[in-house]
Amino acid sequence: MSQSENAIRLRDLGRDYGERPALDGVGLELPAGSSLAVLGPNGSGKSTLLRVLASLLRPSRGEVSVLGCSLPREAWKLRGQIGYLGHEPLLYEDLTGRENLEFQARLYGLPAAEARQRIESDLELLGMGRRADYRVSDYSAGMKQRIAICRAVLHRPALLLLDEPDSNLDPEGREAARALIGRPDELRWESEADRPVTRVAVSHDPEKARAEADQVLELTIGGAPVARRAVA
Amino acid sequence: MKSARMTPFRQALGAIVLKDLRTELRTMRSLPAMVLFAVTTFVIFRFGLDRTALSGSLASGVIWTTLLFAAVLGINRIFLPEREEGGFDAFRLAPVDRPVLFVAKAAVLFLYLVVLEVVVVPVFAVFFLQEWSGLVPLVVILLATNLGFAALGTLISSMAVNSRARDLLVPLLLLPLVVPLMIAATGATSHLLDAGGPSYDKFGTWLLVLGLYDGIFCLVGYAVFEFLLED
Amino acid sequence: MSGRGLKQLSILTALVLLAGYLLVFFWVPMDALEGFRQKVFYLHVPLAIVALCGFVAGGVEGFRHLRTDDRRHDANSYVFIHISVVFGVATLITGMLWAKASWGHYWVWDEPTLVSFLIVFLLYCTYYPFRYAIEDRDRQARYASVFAITAGAFVPLNFMAVRMAQSLIHPRVFATSEGGLPGSMMFTFLVCLVGMALLWVTLVKLELLGKQTSGQVSKLRRALEAEGYGNDEPTGTVGRRIAPNLEAQ
Repeated sequence: MSQSENAIRLRDLGRDYGERPALDGVGLELPAGSSLAVLGPNGSGKSTLLRVLASLLRPSRGEVSVLGCSLPREAWKLRGQIGYLGHEPLLYEDLTGRENLEFQARLYGLPAAEARQRIESDLELLGMGRRADYRVSDYSAGMKQRIAICRAVLHRPALLLLDEPDSNLDPEGREAARALIGRPDELRWESEADRPVTRVAVSHDPEKARAEADQVLELTIGGAPVARRAVA
Repeated sequence: MKSARMTPFRQALGAIVLKDLRTELRTMRSLPAMVLFAVTTFVIFRFGLDRTALSGSLASGVIWTTLLFAAVLGINRIFLPEREEGGFDAFRLAPVDRPVLFVAKAAVLFLYLVVLEVVVVPVFAVFFLQEWSGLVPLVVILLATNLGFAALGTLISSMAVNSRARDLLVPLLLLPLVVPLMIAATGATSHLLDAGGPSYDKFGTWLLVLGLYDGIFCLVGYAVFEFLLED
Repeated sequence: MSGRGLKQLSILTALVLLAGYLLVFFWVPMDALEGFRQKVFYLHVPLAIVALCGFVAGGVEGFRHLRTDDRRHDANSYVFIHISVVFGVATLITGMLWAKASWGHYWVWDEPTLVSFLIVFLLYCTYYPFRYAIEDRDRQARYASVFAITAGAFVPLNFMAVRMAQSLIHPRVFATSEGGLPGSMMFTFLVCLVGMALLWVTLVKLELLGKQTSGQVSKLRRALEAEGYGNDEPTGTVGRRIAPNLEAQ
């Protein structure tokens, strides 16, 4: 894949829950290495969009191409290249923060020495070095979010999908997190796939989002909860 | 292709199995409950049947019914952390072949069942059996049945855990499916636990049934599992 | 599928079934041992065979659904299983009547075929609550297909295991001492079997047609509401559907 190609290309993307469309008619072209902010009121389908892009949710219609893979058909090619940070931290409560990251590293087949080094430095960056050996169930929401951030970028993905990454973080945490999940030019790591990192973030702060992002996608609530397609 | 670099099967398998065993050792969420349930059930059978010694088909019925229901307890929980703590999503994002999760969970379940039996079968023997020599060949039947339980249990549990009625659906779906397994296991065990010492009537046939059953459902589970992970 | 083809199929089904049971009552000789009550055989066994084949076919459709991701196969799988469960109820009832007539008890545990059938039937009964427990339509369809495949593989295995467990006291109608069923009985049985299979196909087609119609109706209704003709009530279905909804392709 050449670098000039788009990291994400959407055409008329839609996704329904039951018969109610959560997302409809979304179009987008995002060049690799750039950054996108997704804005919109609650229920406009921001998280749904992110899950579709992460290949966690199948699109109901439309064309979706992420990192050159057409979804849902080629979703398997995308595995391991996405850094996804959702509302849920995706951490096992009964393991410590560090154990969670170590498990993740093994699941991604990272070489042990390199994984250990990355985990140490990332945890240090987020000020979790000492606290990483508590069980996740003992963490506060902000601490969970910090570990979740480490988890999302541990495998050095080519595409960051962040759902309100600042939530639960204090101002210092937000500042520290920029090195791991900030704008592509702020990141202190490089993607393993020798590609520029592309960033998509859902945000509730329009000012900040516009300042940070190269492109903005505003979603609106898709009208009445009915499909607006005519009968064939 | 660089973009499709997959984690080797065994490495991913090891990671999940170790993670689950470590969690179980730390929290003791499934195994002690299964053991306790089984032992209590023996006590209830003692009074329900009003017998202090068992042999033959009665002994085999008591031990297998108890093991089955104790297994259901474990099967119910095997995917719980994946469901509630986001393990499914994390797994689906990882560069790992889907059936790895099936094999890993089946292996964990198999180990749970082995531990359960190591504790509970001797207790059963102490409580009810006068003749212990049948316990040695029983090990073969136990292992073969465990494999069937593990494969089917993993499959059913992964189906049920993503539905609304998880703990209701597991026994509902599992019990009819394990009837043939129970027929073969009890059929073989009843002769092994005969009062006059073990006899091997139809032992080979039952083992064949168990093996066939295990083989088919391991294959089915392996093949269809990935469809249960998609959203 | 057209309504006209269905009409012809129904007529054919009725004719074959009628011919079959006319043969049963007026042509086939009485069974030497069992007498008149043996005639249940021509109802009970075809029902059972068709139901079991329907279960397995439901599994095959489930497999095709997973392979192609085409919702029509899920609808087929659902309808196959549904009609086969109905046939299963009829099988159990006729089987119990036969057992009562032959052995004086409504239920006989030594009868491996009947017991296996009961186990299979119990398993397929859980198909409905299972579908009901899954909300998302796509997931429901996929999980139901996995169920159909698993259960379809289970059917033959179960029969094998149960048969091995029991002494064979069943009236082996097929395996009388010398060379199986007499020719006239075999012929009549086959006619009844074909008739029953046709009945199954007719019911399946009828059910599928009904699904398609209601799918089209709800699609039209949604289209109307989108145009502003509908009332303002929310259109989400009240109460969940467990049957797949077929919309016109």
